[in-house]
Amino acid sequence: MSAATLERAPQPKAPEPKGSHRKPRRRKKAGERVLHWFTWALIVWLALPIAVVVAFSFNNPHGRYNYSWTGFTFKYWGSQLFAIPNLTTAMEHSIIVAIAATAGATILGTLIGIALGKYRFRGQGVANLVQFACIAAPEVVLGSSMATFFLQARIQEGWPTVIAAHIMFCLSFVAITVRARVLTLDPSVEDAAKDLGAGPWDTFRLVTLPMIMPGVIAGAMLAFALSIDDFITTEFTSGSFVTYPLWIWSVSRQGLPPQVNVMGSIVFAVGVLFAIATSVVSRRRAA
Amino acid sequence: MRAVHSNLRSKLTPYYLMLPGGLWLAVFFAVPIIMMIGLSTMSGNIISGFGDTWHHFGNYAGSFTQYKSQWIRSAEYAGLGCLISIALSYPIAYWIAFYGGSRKSTYLFLLLLPFFVSFVLRTIAWDYILGDQGMLLGPLKHLHLVSQNFHVLATGSAVVIGIVYNYLPFMILPIYVALERVDPKLIEAGRDLYANPVTVFTKVVLPLSLPGVFAGVLLNFVPAASDYVNASVLGGTGNTMIGNVIYDQYFVVQNYPLQASLSFSLMAILLIGIFSYARALGTEEVLAAAATA
Repeated sequence: MSAATLERAPQPKAPEPKGSHRKPRRRKKAGERVLHWFTWALIVWLALPIAVVVAFSFNNPHGRYNYSWTGFTFKYWGSQLFAIPNLTTAMEHSIIVAIAATAGATILGTLIGIALGKYRFRGQGVANLVQFACIAAPEVVLGSSMATFFLQARIQEGWPTVIAAHIMFCLSFVAITVRARVLTLDPSVEDAAKDLGAGPWDTFRLVTLPMIMPGVIAGAMLAFALSIDDFITTEFTSGSFVTYPLWIWSVSRQGLPPQVNVMGSIVFAVGVLFAIATSVVSRRRAA
Repeated sequence: MRAVHSNLRSKLTPYYLMLPGGLWLAVFFAVPIIMMIGLSTMSGNIISGFGDTWHHFGNYAGSFTQYKSQWIRSAEYAGLGCLISIALSYPIAYWIAFYGGSRKSTYLFLLLLPFFVSFVLRTIAWDYILGDQGMLLGPLKHLHLVSQNFHVLATGSAVVIGIVYNYLPFMILPIYVALERVDPKLIEAGRDLYANPVTVFTKVVLPLSLPGVFAGVLLNFVPAASDYVNASVLGGTGNTMIGNVIYDQYFVVQNYPLQASLSFSLMAILLIGIFSYARALGTEEVLAAAATA
């Protein structure tokens, strides 16, 4: 999720006025050190559950309960990883839904983002407010209203309704990410393309799209992260279709098998590596 | 003639661009909410069906009187969660913004790490940590530092811990973004005018960062007040919030009109807050923070 953060990271760093920071640094040495430790304490606190999830993926529990430490094993990272077919299917569902939702939300959201960032038109204020409402609306309301809608329209809930719902709540996040990027662009570049004889489609394909691409990619990554992790809206719109978070929820009362922790750790590792890789790439480009 | 035509076309372009996504939002966001409002005033039950729209506003009275304690608890837990989040986030955001140096993005990244673990999974991990014989209380009890029947799980405190944990990055980010924008020259100007550090903070830094704090409150309070995952994993049966009631009314009792009136009331209350925020401070801060996350 922090892909966008990392991508923006180089910006605030560049014009650092060094001189203005020197003065408070000398005077507030003690306070600064306290804050430094406080920040690290909070990072540790935030990392604590992650450490628990990862640690228990190496546990070798007797029976179903993976609550207390009973021995180290690699087997759930290897041969036993796919031993629970329902869990494996749920994880596959999550990935497929996330890919489909990302594709849909990125296309629809990018178009809205361009419209909101590049043009001035009637109804723009309302359109901005709708994006805002979509992001700020409580998930339980989004989920339950869609569920009652599907119920009243006699639409059978399943993977299509889950994907539709995911596209809906990811779309606005993509739109605002792209809009933020579009607002930083110089419109004269597009005018230049037009003056040089490029039609609207060529201008879009060869000039606009490459320029807004970082925003589109950041939006797509945000959409993927939101979709693969979503629980509340998915629960209301899924019917009997089960995703990874829903499967965890359904067995949480009986205790989680270590495979859940392994998959959670893999998703965590892939996400972190991806975020680091994007930040390295964008930093290289900026340099 | 051709110029007029192309002028018209370029005027319509933003509408064409808005159309597909707008339709999607209309069908899956606006229509369901309008239908939910209709449903909220119906009567009937799951067996004989629901009907008689716009007549049964009693559902609303019922949703408040019957579930008063859950409404209050939602406001309490989310409010308390926000206050604790601000107390934790502000110093950290301040330190990173003014003293983070070249490691600013690294610190922010580390603070965002929980988002890479599934929401449900990380909440259940707290259940492990806070359990009566878990990682935290187990050793403490073993050393007789706390009494044997002391417990955190299944109390309001556990729910608040979960809420603070799950939404804390949404508080840190907007405050950081606001503080990062504060021009160091303003602080220097304050100091040159012989203001002491406390005055510089209260008269210059704090007012400039308040929009970020408000954005953080919005991004924390709304999901926290409507959440049911923290309350059911960490709060047990005695500390349910309004989200749990909506969940139960939909999945267990299947009293859809009551569920709809609860949902709409929740949304109306939160939307009043959201839109008065948007009017007073604009949507930029929240959108910027959401885009950064």
